[in-house]
Amino acid sequence: MLHGPAQDSGPDPASAYKTRLGVGMFIVYCIVYVGFVLTNVLSEGRAMQTIVFSGLNLAVVYGIGLIVFALFLALIYNHLCTRKERETAGGGEARS
Amino acid sequence: MNLHGTPLSIAIFALFVALVLYLSFFFARKAKSAAGYYAAGGQIHWAVNGISFAGDYLSAASFLGICGMIATLGYDGFLYSIGYLAGWVVALFVVAEPMKRMGKFTFTDALDARFDSRGIKLAAAISTLVVSICYLIPQMNGAGSLVEPLLGLPHWVGVIIVGIIVIAIVSTAGMTSTTYVQFLKGGLLLIFSTILVGFLLVRGLTTDPTSLPGEDGKSLLNVPDKATAAQLAAGGLVQVHASGDLVKFEKDGQISWWKQETDGTLWKTQWTGVGLVNGSPDGLLMPVGRLTRIGGLEGTGGVQATGSVTPVEFLAYLTHPDTRIEQWHQKTVFDEKGEKFSVHYPKTVTGTEEMKPGVKFKVGTTWEKLNFVSLMLALFFGTAALPHILIRYYTVPSPACARKSTIVAIAAIGFFYVLTLFMGLGAATSGTVNPADNNMSAPLLAMSFGGVLFAIISAIAFATVLGTVAGLIVAASGAVAHDLMDRFGGMNLSEERKVRAGKVAAFAVGIVAIILGIVFKGVNVSFLVGWAFAVAASANLPAILMLLFWKKTSSAGIVASIIVGIVSALGIILTGPAMFAGPYGLRAEDAWHPLGQPGIISIPLSFLTLVVVSLMTPGKRAR
Repeated sequence: MLHGPAQDSGPDPASAYKTRLGVGMFIVYCIVYVGFVLTNVLSEGRAMQTIVFSGLNLAVVYGIGLIVFALFLALIYNHLCTRKERETAGGGEARS
Repeated sequence: MNLHGTPLSIAIFALFVALVLYLSFFFARKAKSAAGYYAAGGQIHWAVNGISFAGDYLSAASFLGICGMIATLGYDGFLYSIGYLAGWVVALFVVAEPMKRMGKFTFTDALDARFDSRGIKLAAAISTLVVSICYLIPQMNGAGSLVEPLLGLPHWVGVIIVGIIVIAIVSTAGMTSTTYVQFLKGGLLLIFSTILVGFLLVRGLTTDPTSLPGEDGKSLLNVPDKATAAQLAAGGLVQVHASGDLVKFEKDGQISWWKQETDGTLWKTQWTGVGLVNGSPDGLLMPVGRLTRIGGLEGTGGVQATGSVTPVEFLAYLTHPDTRIEQWHQKTVFDEKGEKFSVHYPKTVTGTEEMKPGVKFKVGTTWEKLNFVSLMLALFFGTAALPHILIRYYTVPSPACARKSTIVAIAAIGFFYVLTLFMGLGAATSGTVNPADNNMSAPLLAMSFGGVLFAIISAIAFATVLGTVAGLIVAASGAVAHDLMDRFGGMNLSEERKVRAGKVAAFAVGIVAIILGIVFKGVNVSFLVGWAFAVAASANLPAILMLLFWKKTSSAGIVASIIVGIVSALGIILTGPAMFAGPYGLRAEDAWHPLGQPGIISIPLSFLTLVVVSLMTPGKRAR
């Protein structure tokens, strides 16, 4: 027996576009995240203590920046996905 | 430290529990069908679901564990905040909508949607149970730790109280009541953490923190004595033993432990051992954590205080190279008679050291670098593979709602994680760190602003445990009743029997959680959560990603990758230094390998297994 979804949301013509967009944005975020990890590893922590602005160092700015950047990308992703869903006659559009 | 619950804290706690139970029984009528019980009928509004995600995800490890780690280790604790949040990017961009489209009630449903494979059902259900139990233990532990100061009850009573309340929540209305408990808890956690940080910024930083007042109204803050060996000798103290830089002295049979610096200076420590605390059978460990100098402020003599600060100023003062922060670390040592002591000693660090990675997660040697990369890898890939998070995608009506609720979750969780940096550093500099249990740092910081805020924050921290444990028990009961009994066992249960089986499974998992919570008392809250992330990232994520993006993925490949992921991740953890130094009570150097975090090996290994096995079994690919 195959397991169908709890709620049948019907066909979603925007699905392929959203998948491509999601993978693209995932790769962009991955690059920025890997940059954070490698900056710390390759400089053995020294680069992270560099003061960037207003007395804040790279560790704080990059760390909080990663959190803010995630939200920024998420909002762009949602905007583009919603626009595409409307263009393709609302398949998969939010019903609530 | 010895903190007793006030009537106010008990009243707020009781009020919250009553509200949670009322919600559960109110929603019980909605849980008659399997969809109602396991997925809240798929009718939760995306905004409510988003905050519930936050309520589900922001566990005791996030609130208590991360704040505690930042309070004692500085920026290193914030690495967890960064990694935990980054994991939501994987969830949003890659997993959210496909999971909603493919699944029904559980993570197993989504993996098995294109195969109908008994092997996948069994492997994915076992993975769900392993990850959920790894996650459950520290939550129950956290509950026990909280109840001690909040209600003045023993640890085990706290674990049982949580177990009973959560069983009531889950067995009445399943995912519906769980959702609203998580929504309530997520909302309250965000609001009151913001208020706490607001109070902290208004108070600013000072080298003379008020800390926690004792019964006489004076600060309990431990300011360590400093001396030279000659001064101690002149005072009649005789050195009887040295273990590294920790030195044991005696005078008239009275023990004291001192930490020796390279310049010969000795700092008085706090310690427990041979039935004594700081030398007395009824002694107490005093709260610690203070600034000894604030860089960038004029004048270095006397008391320095910034007054109210902006968030940027708060971080900038702490980052200043002239700032000095007194951290407290712990070492287990044995004296000349072989008696075991736990010694807590001060270590002054500069603002530069406090505000960058390196106190715990060093990146000097190759192994240290691998450990750091491995940790960041597991945190990044773990979130999108946690079964109790994934099942929340089935509670909303459509894939678009799944996406939108994830974005609300990212906003709420991201905001909270930024607050953890302020709460942790606030505790580190306000004399509100319990040297024996840093998990209480955030509630104790609240206590420095008065009993009302402490009572509210503690009740919310308790609710944090309730919300997460409820989600975990729903996930685990779904794995038992829906995946194993109904699907794998082929019992083909009716709707009514499937709900009843879920409730019985929730009860059984709840009992197991209570027992494990009591047995594992004292294990660090964030310790096992790290396991859960590593196991989830290794066992589940390769299967999810490859199923979505590689057409040659076969059912045998998925089963093999799940099994290899679980076994390799757990195997590396169980033979690693953290287990040897911790639960095994052995030396870390005796571990089979120096790798503390398994992700860097177990995640690629799981991917590789899936590819190789799928290529070897081409006839069993997805329909």
